[in-house]
Amino acid sequence: MSKPLEIPTMDMENKEVLRRIEITGDMLLNMGPQHPSTHGVINFLVQTDGEVMKRAIPEVGYLHRSLEKIGERCTYNGYMPYTDRVDYIAAMFANQGWAMAVERLLGLQVPKRAEYCRVIACELNRISSHLISVGTMAMDVGAVTPFPYALREREFINDLLEELCGARLTYNYLRIGGVAFDLPSGYEDKVSTFLDHFEKILDEFNRLITYNEIFIKRLAHLAPIPAPMAIDYCLVGPNLRASGVNFDVRKALPYSVYPEFDFDVPLGKGEVGTPGDSWDRFWCRVEEMRQSCRILRQALAQMPKDPAIMGKVPRKIKVPEGTEAYSRIESARGDMQYYVVAGSGENAHRVKIRTGSFTAMGIIDALSRGLMIADLVALIASLDVVAPEIDR
Amino acid sequence: MQGFLDNLIRNAGHDPATWPYTQFVYLAGMAVAALIVINFAAIASGIFSWAERRVAARIQSRVGPNRVGPAGFLQWIADAVKLLLKEDLVPDEADQFLFRIAPYFMMVGFCCVFVTLPFSHSLIVADMNIGVFYIIAVTALIVVGIIMSGWSSNSKWSLFGAIRSAAQIISYEIPGGMALMIPVMLAGTMSTQGIIRAQGGLPWQWFLFDNPAAFAAFFIYFTSALAEGNRTPFDLPEAESELVSGYNTEYSGMRFSYFFLVEWGNLWVMSALAVTMFLGGWQIPGLSPERFDALTGGTAVVAEIGSLLIFALKTLFFVFVVMWLRWTLPRIRIDQMMSMCWKYLVPASFAGVLFVAVWMLIVNAAPWLGLAMRFTLTAVGALTIAMFALRVLKNIRDTGDKFDFTSNW
Repeated sequence: MSKPLEIPTMDMENKEVLRRIEITGDMLLNMGPQHPSTHGVINFLVQTDGEVMKRAIPEVGYLHRSLEKIGERCTYNGYMPYTDRVDYIAAMFANQGWAMAVERLLGLQVPKRAEYCRVIACELNRISSHLISVGTMAMDVGAVTPFPYALREREFINDLLEELCGARLTYNYLRIGGVAFDLPSGYEDKVSTFLDHFEKILDEFNRLITYNEIFIKRLAHLAPIPAPMAIDYCLVGPNLRASGVNFDVRKALPYSVYPEFDFDVPLGKGEVGTPGDSWDRFWCRVEEMRQSCRILRQALAQMPKDPAIMGKVPRKIKVPEGTEAYSRIESARGDMQYYVVAGSGENAHRVKIRTGSFTAMGIIDALSRGLMIADLVALIASLDVVAPEIDR
Repeated sequence: MQGFLDNLIRNAGHDPATWPYTQFVYLAGMAVAALIVINFAAIASGIFSWAERRVAARIQSRVGPNRVGPAGFLQWIADAVKLLLKEDLVPDEADQFLFRIAPYFMMVGFCCVFVTLPFSHSLIVADMNIGVFYIIAVTALIVVGIIMSGWSSNSKWSLFGAIRSAAQIISYEIPGGMALMIPVMLAGTMSTQGIIRAQGGLPWQWFLFDNPAAFAAFFIYFTSALAEGNRTPFDLPEAESELVSGYNTEYSGMRFSYFFLVEWGNLWVMSALAVTMFLGGWQIPGLSPERFDALTGGTAVVAEIGSLLIFALKTLFFVFVVMWLRWTLPRIRIDQMMSMCWKYLVPASFAGVLFVAVWMLIVNAAPWLGLAMRFTLTAVGALTIAMFALRVLKNIRDTGDKFDFTSNW
């Protein structure tokens, strides 16, 4: 099924070609960086013939904040708040990736209760991130109402996370070796009350939008990604699983305490269209929220009683120069990887962050050919790209 | 209108045919009527802008504008004042003349419709014998304004919106117009008042339940009206997630407010037309038009107000339905919209017209069949509403009404 694809290059020459296109009769449309549905500051150079696109080239880099370089200048602990900004929709995962990378650098053991706190915080964050994703996707397709519904539920999660760590967006909750705070008293009850409420809302959400006839008509068969192509383009997370590839870092390369939980990995089956189409990517996220609820319920039930939430972290984190560590976690946007090389002082020599959104941008050019302008918006939304995660 | 003015002149003791100032009275009458109608349109669309935001907010479990006046009712005045006072920006690159003039085309196309739209038994500016034809004709003027605004803005997003709008409105005029032909055939006249008079006050006397084709024609008309009014699921010309804001992207201030005045005012136009053509208009149940005409004095005034209220309530119900649809449904794609029009609605509307022609012959021969069909279809309609209500009740039972806004209303 995998057909050879020419990998587009995004050099200046290419852009010049596009600019010259206007003379040939096609239209060059600059979609972004100020466009309501590019999900942040991204520019798409769109070559169109009327409504039909011939090509859409993503132009990234508008939101580059040199986060990797900053990581080389800060101390290991000091970099934690910066990782929140890697992906501000799902900041907890970036925290966890960094914490795990440095813990591996130090060979630290994290207390069990801290791991459970991390899982609870991360899965809550996964739900809130997916809510944004499915809500904005519905909005990009023109249904405005699911978005406030999703945001309303997200508010509950924000309240829960605020109670946990004091922040609603950039949490800075994790610490190297543990977590900053233990669960507040009565937190388990609050989370399970929310989950009881939320699982019903998911059904309502499905009735409202997921199985809406127009919504299915818009998204089924739209930009299907066959499994080999998804692997070729290095897609991760729900985008990859929607194509039917069973790869979830939580299952495939277990980390933290995830092996102790029983959950499924939703795979796109092409229920209403082709496997791997945009509707499958949407559906995968909805189902992942359900699975996160399952994980949360188990985590709350199995929470260890031992109150220790911080491992034995040295006051000054200093490791031999050149030591390498690597962490891989399943973020809301897929496989997030941190690579750290220790420097001579209290900071890293090199930090590299690999994020799901960045690789997802690469496939847009290949998928966009022959789609319509309205489809490009749905395609971008279905890949769930978040601008800060692309550029870092 | 003319008859009314003639009566006034006669009451003043002159003969309208010979009195030299008749034409001036006509002119003054026209000016007053135009003032009333245009102000009605403007105020109605202003109130709808408030209502739409409140309805949308309630649907989305938000509160909506509730600061200006009781329940935020005066919000539309505040918005109108703001829009009128804002700077009227014209982009440098735009075609100045066309850019400035485009909103007026839309306003004219929109206001002209109100000439033949009835409000009650005798409240109508001009009951033309080609009323329906006239309405279909003048609404096409709106598309001229949209294309002008999109083209002259010299922005690609505006151009996209304008081209989409032109394709959409011109395509949907055909099924919409054909669907309106069915009540015209049933009534035997194109006059809007004549069509209302041919119906009755009770549901089974409406053209909606007259025969299956008319029943289908109502939905074809309603779909087409949504498309012509750029309402979701057909709001492609101003699809905010794709085209920023469509044809009005570059507009600001007063000219921008004209576009939205037309959009919201169109809610009344499309709903009032649906009520006129299919739902018995201002007919009061149990009061035939002939007996209505014969009423005099106080009873006539009461009946007039009653008919006004009935017409307004029916229309406002459909205005609400249109808002409800907008905040529930996603938007369809341009190719899907076109294929829906040309592959389904156009053939269906033509088939409906043929069916009605045959049906009228059949009913002429066997009147009991027509009566039976009316009652059957009314029962089907009632059953549909009941099933819908049950479904809604089930949904409410499943998840419950999440938030109580009574304290925040």
